Amino acid sequence: MAADETRDLRAALRRTERRRTLRGLGLTLPLILFTLVFFLLPIAGMLVKSVQNGPMPDILPQTSALLQPWRASDARDLPDEAAFAALAGELRAASQNRTLPELATRLNFENAGYRSLLMATARRLPEAPAGSWRDTLVGLNPQWGELAIWAALGRASTRLTDGYLLAALDHRRDDNDHIQATDPNRAVYVASLLRTLEISAIVTLICLVLAYPLAYRLATLPESTANLMMILVLLPFWTSLLVRTASWLVILQREGPINQTLQWLGLIDQPLELVFNRPGVIIAMTHVLLPFMVLPIYSVMKGIPSNYMRAATSLGAPFLTAFRRVYFPLSLPGVTAGCLLVFILAIGYYITPLLIGGANDQMVSSLIAFLTLQTLNWGLAAALGAVLLVITVALYFVYTRVVGTDGMKLG
Amino acid sequence: MGERIRGIVLWSVSIAVLAFLVLPLLVIVPISFSSASFLSLPIPGVSLQWYETLLTSPAWGRAILNSLIVGVIATSIAVVLGTLAAVGLHRSAFRGKALLMGVLISPMIVPIVIVALGSYFFYAPLGLSSSLLGLGLAHAALGAPFVLITVGATLTGFDANLARAAASLGAPPLTVFRRVTLPVIAPGVISGALFAFVTSFDEVVVALFLTGPLQRTLPRQMFDGIRENISPTILAAATLLIVFAVALLLTAELLRRRSERLRGIT
Repeated sequence: MAADETRDLRAALRRTERRRTLRGLGLTLPLILFTLVFFLLPIAGMLVKSVQNGPMPDILPQTSALLQPWRASDARDLPDEAAFAALAGELRAASQNRTLPELATRLNFENAGYRSLLMATARRLPEAPAGSWRDTLVGLNPQWGELAIWAALGRASTRLTDGYLLAALDHRRDDNDHIQATDPNRAVYVASLLRTLEISAIVTLICLVLAYPLAYRLATLPESTANLMMILVLLPFWTSLLVRTASWLVILQREGPINQTLQWLGLIDQPLELVFNRPGVIIAMTHVLLPFMVLPIYSVMKGIPSNYMRAATSLGAPFLTAFRRVYFPLSLPGVTAGCLLVFILAIGYYITPLLIGGANDQMVSSLIAFLTLQTLNWGLAAALGAVLLVITVALYFVYTRVVGTDGMKLG
Repeated sequence: MGERIRGIVLWSVSIAVLAFLVLPLLVIVPISFSSASFLSLPIPGVSLQWYETLLTSPAWGRAILNSLIVGVIATSIAVVLGTLAAVGLHRSAFRGKALLMGVLISPMIVPIVIVALGSYFFYAPLGLSSSLLGLGLAHAALGAPFVLITVGATLTGFDANLARAAASLGAPPLTVFRRVTLPVIAPGVISGALFAFVTSFDEVVVALFLTGPLQRTLPRQMFDGIRENISPTILAAATLLIVFAVALLLTAELLRRRSERLRGIT
């Protein structure tokens, strides 16, 4: 065959392949678009919310603008008369077009007394100042003469803020805009993140200890028996999470079967407190996540030829040595996959800790839900969500590197 | 350690772990038939009263209906989009394919509360919060990766020559898909549909964020019940859901075996 003919053929082949790929991508496009709109965009929106400051630049535009140079100056004192005058005028306007409550909600996150301060000031604000606006406002409420109140206003005066992200990591900007650790009595978010990681790590470890021998047993049985037992592993996997949580509540309660049995055996006099505390959360989460550990380990173990172990033992290695030196290293990819998967799923848990745990067992997800639905502090909820997302994505990245997305198998 | 002892230890541990997995589910079944309202064993007498309460209560009826509607919306979207994408990705080879796959599968691993929070902000301006359609769309995004994976799995080992043969004999692409590809991937499509449906039918966190009293779904109803005061009615609902899960699991398992047989893997 002539050289240019080969080249033609190669070019034609490449063209065909490219066309196939394009057609394939065309088929994938609907899902890509759908995932983009109904999954990625909402998450991006949440990330934006975590740095969005709030309505003050729109409600008090002039005051916000005047506060910028003041914030940039190092020696902090009260802002000048212009800022006081702008604030008085814009507060009156906000009170008239009913945007004041929105502003009050935002400023209340900075300083818990802000809502009443704003409302009372707006109600009693005179048409014209008695002397300077500064004296008038301070006369209405001495708080307007405090640096802290103005610093809070300053923090709310920009379009973007790092305040929520700092708060999610138990830090804040003080009255001079320096980053400081939050007062230890109010620092709850890092603790809840650490608690989330700790509970997830414990659950992952227990899952591994329980799943490994079971997976080994399943992998060394004849296929048909293993499949039958696999159905038992998969049953909880298919059962509603709420059903499983409800069962654990019933089992672990004071009059539940566990306490009854232990009392009947005479091992305890008083029923154990097993529910609304840490052990209850860990037991229930282990139960829910265990199948996710068994499946990857089992599928890796199934691929380990049985004659490797036989070869090792026939060469004189005791079982445990052969296991440690030959079988265990070969099963490690499954262990890694299972541990990463269980840990990733565990750090996002919400329902099980909420229903089975006590106040000190709540994970980060519960806090996010609480901030969103109860206190309506959406910025802080979004910031905590962003922190949780970063941890998850980092672990997921490791997972795809180590295991690959093909490693995700179901059943 | 002798081989016999090792075997016994391994069996006992395995059976204990399996019991840990399955027994908790079985404990609530007898209590749901109790004639008393307290939740402990043994039950004083057998009665169907909690099932009667469950099945005649308008709130539970409404919740079941809502869950079915949301599940059907979510499953239909997830199955169509997921199947198309699985077939498309199977055909193509390009740089960044693994990354794309990683993104498309990510709804399975992103903490559900983040999805719920994002949707909470995102759906309100679109008028999709407090609507069954909105919840169905959110659930479809969560369910599609399952379809992508199960269909993708049936495609590995699919002999592309079959499709080429059909095409060379003059079948238009749609006919090739319908008559050759679809029968092979059908078990994957159906089990993906089951996964997507269960994901939606069991999902409570997004439902907590996105639904009002009128869109209350079954998991949401159960969640509120467990939170307020766990009653035998909830255990009756739970028992029915376990029966439902067993049926789904057996169907999925049969489909998996059929698919492996079809592709000649076993």
